[in-house]
Amino acid sequence: MSVSSLHAFARAVTSGGIRVVDLTQTLSPEFPTIVLPPEFGQCAPFRLEEISRYDERGPAWYWNNFTVGEHTGTHFDAPIHWVTGKDLPDNAVDTIPVKNFIAPAVVIDCSKVAASDPDFVLTIPMVEAWEREHGRIEPGSWVLLRTDWSKRPYAGYAGLSEDGAHTPGPAPDVVKWLVEQRDVHGLGTETIGTDAGQAQHFNPPYPAHFYMHGKGRYGLQCLANLDLLPPQGAVIIAAPLKIKQGSGSPLRVLALIAGERA
Amino acid sequence: MTEPLPRPRRKNPLGRTRLPLSPQGARSRTAHGLTAAAAEGRFRLQTCADCGAVVYPPRDACPQCLSPRLPYEDVEAGGVLVAETTVRAATDPYFRERVPWRIGTVKLDAGPALVAHLHGDAAEGGRVRLELKLDKSGAPVAIALPERDTPNMQDDPQLRELTSDPKYRRVLITDGRTAVGQAMAKAFSEAGSSIVFVGIADAWKPFPGMGALRGIERVEIVPFDMTDSESVTEQAEQNGGRVDIIVNTAEHVRAGGIIDRRGIGIAREEMDVRYFGLMRLAQAFGPVMRFRGADGVNSASAIVNLLSVYALMNWPAYGAHSAAEAACLSATQSLRAELRPGGVRMVNVFFGPLDTEWFQTVPPPKVAPAALARAVIEALKRGVEDVFVGDVAEDVRARLAVNPKALERELAS
Repeated sequence: MSVSSLHAFARAVTSGGIRVVDLTQTLSPEFPTIVLPPEFGQCAPFRLEEISRYDERGPAWYWNNFTVGEHTGTHFDAPIHWVTGKDLPDNAVDTIPVKNFIAPAVVIDCSKVAASDPDFVLTIPMVEAWEREHGRIEPGSWVLLRTDWSKRPYAGYAGLSEDGAHTPGPAPDVVKWLVEQRDVHGLGTETIGTDAGQAQHFNPPYPAHFYMHGKGRYGLQCLANLDLLPPQGAVIIAAPLKIKQGSGSPLRVLALIAGERA
Repeated sequence: MTEPLPRPRRKNPLGRTRLPLSPQGARSRTAHGLTAAAAEGRFRLQTCADCGAVVYPPRDACPQCLSPRLPYEDVEAGGVLVAETTVRAATDPYFRERVPWRIGTVKLDAGPALVAHLHGDAAEGGRVRLELKLDKSGAPVAIALPERDTPNMQDDPQLRELTSDPKYRRVLITDGRTAVGQAMAKAFSEAGSSIVFVGIADAWKPFPGMGALRGIERVEIVPFDMTDSESVTEQAEQNGGRVDIIVNTAEHVRAGGIIDRRGIGIAREEMDVRYFGLMRLAQAFGPVMRFRGADGVNSASAIVNLLSVYALMNWPAYGAHSAAEAACLSATQSLRAELRPGGVRMVNVFFGPLDTEWFQTVPPPKVAPAALARAVIEALKRGVEDVFVGDVAEDVRARLAVNPKALERELAS
């Protein structure tokens, strides 16, 4: 690609020929994080502590310290996150080749079915039906599962009840199929995990983590604004923080889509 | 008989809020024996170890036999009110705005005579019982109460000045997710608190007892997360001016010592909830409570901190937990001094293992949440600042007083 086309790309972003959509939830203390049984270690929620705000602690400047878990808010999952991916090369956020942080995406809209079924699971026939309408999923694509879950109030969003979380996600066979038959880049969801809320009861448990990370693929979760993306054609920029041997990180996820003006 | 306290009227927004003042509070080192007794609600006076004389006011030598051995001992608190007077004019600024004020001389059955504040139902010539209380300066004073309880006696203005009675006060319970928090909400509602704010963190996480908690009269659920400075500050901005009592029920109990825990993740959570949590609470609510320490019948009055008794001596089975509790205890001692100018009391309630899931494997005796709640109400009504609830807490307290090193070894075995 020539320098001039790269510049043309930048100009298109500025002019609106390419639209930039923010797929990120705001990092805030209230946003739900994954909940494990209380005897396990917990993912830290986002917390902000002021260092100074134009006051005696620093008269002319405002800044904060924050604490956050690697898997809090909109975040990226690296293969090292799961035991199946622990021995892969370049499996942590600091060693993943940076070119992998930019990739095309397909968006599979399941929002209608998921609306009435918090335990909705995506299956192979559903993806095949999607392909008949929108075309075959290209290798190296993010698969983004649109459920409109990000629009729910927090209680419904976390979906917790006495038998665990009830949130949509993929069935085991479809994850394996996406990796092996479609060579996808990773799976992105609007929910707290890439897996369904009840996925600890699937076989294998947590199939999205098991298969995706086992084959060196990535995860994105707590995404927002997937309803603004076309089924095909968006490009995702998702670069996690460069944490030494990090298993993931909160990040800003951007989608580039074709605008009205060419 | 005491006139029942009328429900306080809404504050006139055009009036200036009366600022807190303290009575003279200096005491000698020896006289702090009375402070120690008052802090726990005991009636103790110096008793000569040689001749047995009961001595008041506090002295360094027995006036009967000149012995320097004058330990404080529990003594009978009964006596006769031999003389009373009503102060109608005072030069001391604190009493000046509280006159008329009754004081009197009580001749104790145990021997000495004391000048005491008088409850309205204590009549001249009649029998009374004395209690030691901490006044707004934190210093010990005696009040003569009628020998037997009288109707509404808790509402007596002179007594109420020495207590933190929850009646008509507005209370904030910092964590309502726990059995203790819920028992506390119920107890304060029953004790006549006019609003019981109950903090709930992460409302999106369901918890047992949610329905019942909402059903308690005068309970208002508020978003409140002790681990989130912003959440605590926001609640103080919203309701800080109408919180008169805070009960910190936020807990974080995990078994285990220090070496066998991997990393400091849990320890951080413990400190975040307990030590930093208390700090957030104090920074957000402390200033306004201190300002409102003399703000009428429902003035700001107390912060109650629930503490494991193992804050006083580490119990290695819950070793890291004990350490966090000790940090929390130390913070309360600073807060006690910082709150004193406002006349706001810092009450520490110590207890052994609770009858809750986090002490499931610990054998009884354990403290039931409802018993703990009752003890807190009682502590506020009596105006004490150190409370030991249940057999384990009492036992640890007693053994600590005798031989701390022995207790350390015993708790480790």
